[in-house]
Amino acid sequence: MPKEIDRTDVRRLMREGVRVVEVLPRDEFEADHLPGAISLPLRNLETEAKEKLDPLRPVLVYCWDTA
Amino acid sequence: MYDYVGGKLDWLAAGLPTEGTNATRARAGDVARRDVPTCRLEEPIRAARERATAAGWDACVVVNDERVVLGLLRTDELRKGDEERVERVMRPGPSTFRPHVSIDDINKFMLTHDLPNCPITTSDGRLVGLIRREDVGAR
Repeated sequence: MPKEIDRTDVRRLMREGVRVVEVLPRDEFEADHLPGAISLPLRNLETEAKEKLDPLRPVLVYCWDTA
Repeated sequence: MYDYVGGKLDWLAAGLPTEGTNATRARAGDVARRDVPTCRLEEPIRAARERATAAGWDACVVVNDERVVLGLLRTDELRKGDEERVERVMRPGPSTFRPHVSIDDINKFMLTHDLPNCPITTSDGRLVGLIRREDVGAR
């Protein structure tokens, strides 16, 4: 299960080099995303995750809000 | 794996930097005047008025110790009786915007509601600054 974190944790993990992943649709990513994030829309997750993610690097995912 | 439960909305609402096509668009946090004077609930109006006048303002934001916005004093409230306490005359719970909202949206809102100014706050209600009509082009 993913560990739930807040904004303070996000900033710390970014400094530590976590891979930040936005799972919203691509157009929303292109409008605004967290610094250094990559786009991995939920609908493409299974096909693109292996290609884009390093299994040895910690991953942080986010969407629009808590919903 | 980590899950940022607040998501992009929480990040934007905190006024933190982003990348993307909207990143350079003017937002509330960019134009909010951070030098707006503040006062506390228990202060007399006279103290708030003197502070605002000395700073060249016609408004004063009422905050608590954590700078959470509790109310707003505009021109009319600042003219009230000298010894009246701020909490008795302030406008409680004023309309606020988050720093990521576009100035176009704020412009429309201020025109529709005929507001001379509007506080900008973080998602947890802390004061970022105050926007005046002229800051967003509202006439």
